[in-house]
Amino acid sequence: MNWGSVDGFFHMGGYGLFVWGSYGVGLLCIALEVIALRMRARRLARTAGGEA
Amino acid sequence: MSTKELDFGEHAARGEWWLRYAAPQAFFPLAGRLIPYFVVLAVVFAACGLYLGFFVAPTDFQQGEAYRIIFLHVPAAWMSMFLYVVMALWGALGFVLNTRLSGMMASAIAPTGALFTFIALWTGALWGKPTWGTWWVWDARLTSELILLFLYVGFIALKASIDDPRRADRAGAVLALVGVVNVPIIYFSVQWWNTLHQGASVSLTRSPSMATTMLWGMLLMALAAWMYAIAVCLARVRLIIREREREMAWMRELGGGE
Repeated sequence: MNWGSVDGFFHMGGYGLFVWGSYGVGLLCIALEVIALRMRARRLARTAGGEA
Repeated sequence: MSTKELDFGEHAARGEWWLRYAAPQAFFPLAGRLIPYFVVLAVVFAACGLYLGFFVAPTDFQQGEAYRIIFLHVPAAWMSMFLYVVMALWGALGFVLNTRLSGMMASAIAPTGALFTFIALWTGALWGKPTWGTWWVWDARLTSELILLFLYVGFIALKASIDDPRRADRAGAVLALVGVVNVPIIYFSVQWWNTLHQGASVSLTRSPSMATTMLWGMLLMALAAWMYAIAVCLARVRLIIREREREMAWMRELGGGE
């Protein structure tokens, strides 16, 4: 185990901003991609429903 | 619609069973069945990789904890290059076989490739600042990776600008195939030119230059990125199929693919 405490984990030896800035934005990108796909599916379902 | 594309009985008779899945109507349900497996695998691999990366892998004696960005940075960079090659291969396949699905697959891969390229650049900047003292340098590795992002964006924009989907597929395939020359340039840039960027972390010809737990964390994250990319691209290609083929009889029978 590398971290003595929760604070130590988030502090990342002084590099917290860089490490969590990386993983945070990475996670945000993935979330946005999944949301975009959901919205595209919903848009499609609306138009397909209108035609049928 | 040419009859040639729809004649699957002929392919089956010649034993080319795999060509069956080159047809959107056969591929569509298959992709839908596969997605949940890839999602589960992605989550499991990411959980294991992050656990190894943050709780088992030791602190780097040179870079301190900043190096832990590697578990996201390297898999994202690998995927950015790999997805581009796959996208170009689908483009080439579309030229040779003239299948509708090829262009749709290339379209489905591009946004995810661009996403991984952006993540590689972003995490690279956040890693560069504490270790090199700068967010960005115009050196070969960073510049060629930025060009890769422009190629993805150009591919998406070009396809969006052409109304006829089949013509858009062909134009996109040309761009993807021309741009694929950039991928070996990215990969070998650290050998060919002087660069701030460190050399390859993993190579087939020599033992890895990192601790075993770090390596495993990175490989698990790479597998997670792979599974995620497959799941998302399959989901997107299903949407593209539904959008493009909604007027066709097989899709109408499915009720728009709901």
